[in-house]
Amino acid sequence: MRKRYLIPLVYILFLMLPIYWLVAMSFKTTGEILSGFSLFPQTWTFDNYRVIFTDPTWYWGYINSIAYVSLNTVISLTVALPAAYAFSRYRFLGDKQLFFWLLTNRMAPAAVFALPFFQLYSAVGLFDTYLAVALAHCLFNIPLSVWILEGFMSGVPKELDETAYVDGYSFPRFFTTIFLPSIKAGVGVAAFFCFMFSWVELLLAKTLTAVYAKPIAATMTKTASSAGYELGLLAAAGTLTIIPGAIVIYFVRNHIAKGFALGRV
Amino acid sequence: MKTQYQKAWFFVLPVLLLVAFNALIPMMTVVNYSVQETFGNNLFFWEGLGWFEKLLHSERFHAALGRQFLFTGLILAIEVPLGIIIALSMPRSGFWVPVCLVTMALPMLIPWNVVGAMWNIFTLPDIGLLGYLMNTTLGIDYDMTQNPFAAWATIITMDVWHWTSLVVLLSYAGLVSIPDAYYQAAKIDGASSWAVFRYIQLPKMKQVLTIAILLRFMDSFNIYTEVFVLTGGGPGNSTTLLSIDLVKIALGQFDLGPAAAMSLIYFAITLLVSWLFYTLMTKDDT
Repeated sequence: MRKRYLIPLVYILFLMLPIYWLVAMSFKTTGEILSGFSLFPQTWTFDNYRVIFTDPTWYWGYINSIAYVSLNTVISLTVALPAAYAFSRYRFLGDKQLFFWLLTNRMAPAAVFALPFFQLYSAVGLFDTYLAVALAHCLFNIPLSVWILEGFMSGVPKELDETAYVDGYSFPRFFTTIFLPSIKAGVGVAAFFCFMFSWVELLLAKTLTAVYAKPIAATMTKTASSAGYELGLLAAAGTLTIIPGAIVIYFVRNHIAKGFALGRV
Repeated sequence: MKTQYQKAWFFVLPVLLLVAFNALIPMMTVVNYSVQETFGNNLFFWEGLGWFEKLLHSERFHAALGRQFLFTGLILAIEVPLGIIIALSMPRSGFWVPVCLVTMALPMLIPWNVVGAMWNIFTLPDIGLLGYLMNTTLGIDYDMTQNPFAAWATIITMDVWHWTSLVVLLSYAGLVSIPDAYYQAAKIDGASSWAVFRYIQLPKMKQVLTIAILLRFMDSFNIYTEVFVLTGGGPGNSTTLLSIDLVKIALGQFDLGPAAAMSLIYFAITLLVSWLFYTLMTKDDT
């Protein structure tokens, strides 16, 4: 019986290997990396990290990324909550068609939309702002949030709403003081997925920014081409991009599996 | 069950407006480009359906589309069974569950170009861990910048590394929702473990598997950043998937007309296949 745990163990080892290599490389000097193969850093160095934390073009990349990702999460959840409530509680003209249309927006290749997005956001004067990236990422994050939240909300019995109205609660008060707390796991899961997809997306984020809102991942590509091939520095920057995701996933670890199981198809 | 209530539209309106702003306006721009020819300087000429006709007969488009289907086909054939097997063998409760879930989800949270860059340095023949092991320790000639087969093996392995966890998490979510009574009943009936899988676990996982397959199809069919950073579409054109070819045409050569026509065909194919999957997998439900 114990033998079957070998499968997840081997799988996790396979997942960790490239990550280990990235982290190990970030503690090596560029000279050591290029001079040949070594399984562990021979001379530990924190210089790569020091450069990132002292050079504004580097650390602003992180601040920019976190700023637009947070903004996107807030916008997506704010508009998705009432919509998910409507889908889970009411029947209205075109509800099914609307729901499916929302989901199809995940299917459009981002590569297709890059240029029109650039023109659109330049035309409305939002180019190179946090808001531009946050709004653009709504394209795939809002449908996903609506979908996840709708699943969680349908799990709450309708009697809860009715009892609250009988007790004289107004809709906004019912929604914020009774309904939201009862689906807070769902809100957490939806927030996690918004964060995740906004954090890892680069094509649109790169297209819509130039200087002031440039994401960290774009800073990395620029450095790779301009400063030769500073592998150690790149590895350190890459390692740091894993950390926010790891922190966020730690908070929702108990709900993450449930989040998808409840979504309807 | 649900109340008929037309005013619910007001609840949906913000979502509708935001998504429409992002989806419809760029879509119309693409449609607009797809029927015109441009020589720069913002001069556009009517081209009609010419681009579509040329594309549908173009060798280059067929080749890129073929590679795209091969890639997505391999990805689904590997990741779905593998994900199910891993989910089945994971512990159901206890200390190790959150540890497994967090470590497995980690690859999905890494920005896509970092994933590409990471696999690049992982597979360098002289100083990358995998490249070095393959070439020096195992003596296999492995260099993905030279050998198309190695390049394909690498992008497939990278995607398996990146996204199998999604299938695992979803299948696992389906598995833990099965009540213990089902297993006890199966035990009393003396059901084999295959029978338990076929008649209890698989039907319970069907809904989440539908989601998993749909998501994996859409995302692998639209994959761009990871493969572009890792191989740049090479060696030669061997890993130039449809999206990479599209960006080459649109931004590299600035042929907006053909690129837009290609985008629309691309989108239509994605939509059609997703719809087929969706209807096939949900047809027994009703």
